[in-house]
Amino acid sequence: MNTNELKELSEKIVEEGKAFKKKVCVCCGAGCLSSGSEAVLESMKQTIKDKGLESTVQVIPSGCMGPCNQGPLVKILPEETIYEKLDGDAVEALVDDHIVKDTPQEDKLLFSEYRDKPFVDSREDPFFKRQKRIVLENCGRINPESIEDYIGVNGYQALAYALHRSSPEHIIGEIKLSRLRGRGGAGYPTGFKWETVYRHVADQKYVVCNADEGDPGAFMDRSILEGDPHRVLEGMILAGYAIGATQGYAYIRGEYPAAIKRFEEALKQARKKGFLGRSIMGSDFSFDVEIRIGAGAFVCGEETALLASIEGKRGTPRPRPPYPAESGLWGKPTLINNVETFANIAPIVISGGTAFGEVGTPKSAGTKVFALAGKVQISGLIEVPMGTNLRDIIFEIGGGIPGGHKFKAAQTGGPSGGCIPEQHLDHPVDYESLQELGSIMGSGGLIVMDETSDMVDVARYFMEFCVDESCGKCIPCRVGTKQMFDLLTKIYEGRATDIDLATLEQLAHVVKDTSLCGLGMSAPNPLLSTLRFFKEDYIQHLKDSALANV
Amino acid sequence: MPDKITISINGTEIKTEEGKSILSVCKENDIHIPVMCHFPGLTDVGACRLCLCEVKGYNKLLPACTTLVAENMEIQTHTEKLKEYRRVIVEMFFSERNHMCSICVANTNCELQDMATEVGMQHVRFPFLNQECAVDASHPKYVIDHNRCIMCTRCVRVCSEVEGAHNWDVKNRGYNARVISDFDQPWGESETCTSCGKCLNVCPTGALWAKGSVQGKLDKFPEKITDLIEKRGIH
Repeated sequence: MNTNELKELSEKIVEEGKAFKKKVCVCCGAGCLSSGSEAVLESMKQTIKDKGLESTVQVIPSGCMGPCNQGPLVKILPEETIYEKLDGDAVEALVDDHIVKDTPQEDKLLFSEYRDKPFVDSREDPFFKRQKRIVLENCGRINPESIEDYIGVNGYQALAYALHRSSPEHIIGEIKLSRLRGRGGAGYPTGFKWETVYRHVADQKYVVCNADEGDPGAFMDRSILEGDPHRVLEGMILAGYAIGATQGYAYIRGEYPAAIKRFEEALKQARKKGFLGRSIMGSDFSFDVEIRIGAGAFVCGEETALLASIEGKRGTPRPRPPYPAESGLWGKPTLINNVETFANIAPIVISGGTAFGEVGTPKSAGTKVFALAGKVQISGLIEVPMGTNLRDIIFEIGGGIPGGHKFKAAQTGGPSGGCIPEQHLDHPVDYESLQELGSIMGSGGLIVMDETSDMVDVARYFMEFCVDESCGKCIPCRVGTKQMFDLLTKIYEGRATDIDLATLEQLAHVVKDTSLCGLGMSAPNPLLSTLRFFKEDYIQHLKDSALANV
Repeated sequence: MPDKITISINGTEIKTEEGKSILSVCKENDIHIPVMCHFPGLTDVGACRLCLCEVKGYNKLLPACTTLVAENMEIQTHTEKLKEYRRVIVEMFFSERNHMCSICVANTNCELQDMATEVGMQHVRFPFLNQECAVDASHPKYVIDHNRCIMCTRCVRVCSEVEGAHNWDVKNRGYNARVISDFDQPWGESETCTSCGKCLNVCPTGALWAKGSVQGKLDKFPEKITDLIEKRGIH
């Protein structure tokens, strides 16, 4: 398929879509699937068929729409109305009212329990109004298992442009211009990484997509892969073209069966259409992608451990340098980026690096997808421009703290991150500001805690996670995390003294400075940040133990 | 011919060649850096973290064993911070399993014991984890006592890289990680072990020993393994 044929196909798909008056998207993201959206989808298809509306109403399964705790969700286009908490039985009345009579069913509208007047056009709702969707623009609007749907929303046009009207150097230049930074958490400038791999001369190079998302409470990459797998794939192919690789691997964690299935399907469809495989779109560029399934080790999200796992070895990290860009898979230069990073590539190629860089802050361009969870009224998947402050995210988008409780802390970055207190909520969220606060951007998990949370317990929870997930290769992480966990337990249970707290703090610094990989280096972060901002919780436990010992 | 470069270690200028590790340059210049998982001739893994050094321009500490020297590199090997960290790391080793010297075959012939002296460890500030580990004496000639193991994986590497048998590997994660024989079978039932004894000779502690060894009287000949590696030209 060449550029013109792709354009014609895209126009044809859009034209065919116009034949339908309405498009009903039934959310089949992981959250909605688990609350029973499959039954809603079946019932919706049957109802539309029974009522003879098949020629005017299109029903599709879609990816995540965002407000996951309100599922199962159904979105009706073009009016952008979202209905919540549906089940198979509610579908017929909904079709009668909204589609046949054209009157929205007020009591089933999204957020009808929180808003005095819920919005018929969901885009008007504060939850969506404050968001900016680049990565998630197709999520919840197209069928993730249909390459035609993706082509209909300009899919693979960035690839066509790159292959026929651009060059690897130009693509890398655009990525650099965009100032895109790695969305896996560390925030390394993507363009520089691409350029480094591009410059290394080798007979074979690799592209690897890190989809081993493992932070507790994080589901961004999962939702992107489940909702728009072709977008990620297109990003990988573009990367392969830019750096001169012929083979890619997507390392997806085994706990994400739907993501694996949909990505596998995307690979098949892309091969059939000639976007993947030999001589892609008639050019002399060949590239293919294989899936590797993670077996449940958190540490395999660390890039060197992930590469070892792809090679079939025990998934343990190795010291860097050398970085994978120089010596990665089987010793060859390897580009490894996270799912969300790859999902940003096609928009950059299409709209240009400069335009992309206009969103966000000077140092952190673009948007960031967060998985909002915990003690917040509306939890789910959101995408905001970099630089949005936490207060807006939690109180405007998330609707604040339920049950009349007071906010206590926002945890970002999972077991590698930290807890941010009330007084810092107005800080704009970007890589640097979170680091200054002793936390990290991380992959995008954002857990809200209210006054009922005991921060010693929070630190202990994350430390226990690190104890379980430490690979055991280096001593500070293997023994240090266990010792820290035991000390935290001692404090939590009211058996500790000031000396224990001092030992704990010293240990935290040693583990942070001496561990081999990011897991160990960042394992003390939740502890250190709670000690910094919530020391009173620790002191209270120590007082309790002093009293108990009288 | 590798390029000649100049680096500085602890403030002293040193002329050396590209492609060498910080550790090997230090050895050539009689600068002693403590190591535990490193064994001459085996692939370095950077796991024991004792050889960590401060290198100007890096915000992380870098292991001397796996970091290659580069032109104008400025390295510090014995700052107060590094010395303190090394002491804490050795304390962690001692707290992990059972390292009661007085009842160990390797007493007075143990690298961990020597290391404790070297870094000036006087006591262990952390509670002993007191893990209950197995002792596998199923092999006709040898014993593996996991209580003494510090997971340096020298045995795993020597078996795989020098003997070519790959009897040893590692199972589990974190502090539950253990060295295993074949697919976690008793050593005596191993189909890959050639009973060569190389693992015994590279083991830094009393985790691997020959039957008949008496407390404090363990014989080990690591230099023979080094010699063999050199003569065979491995690496």
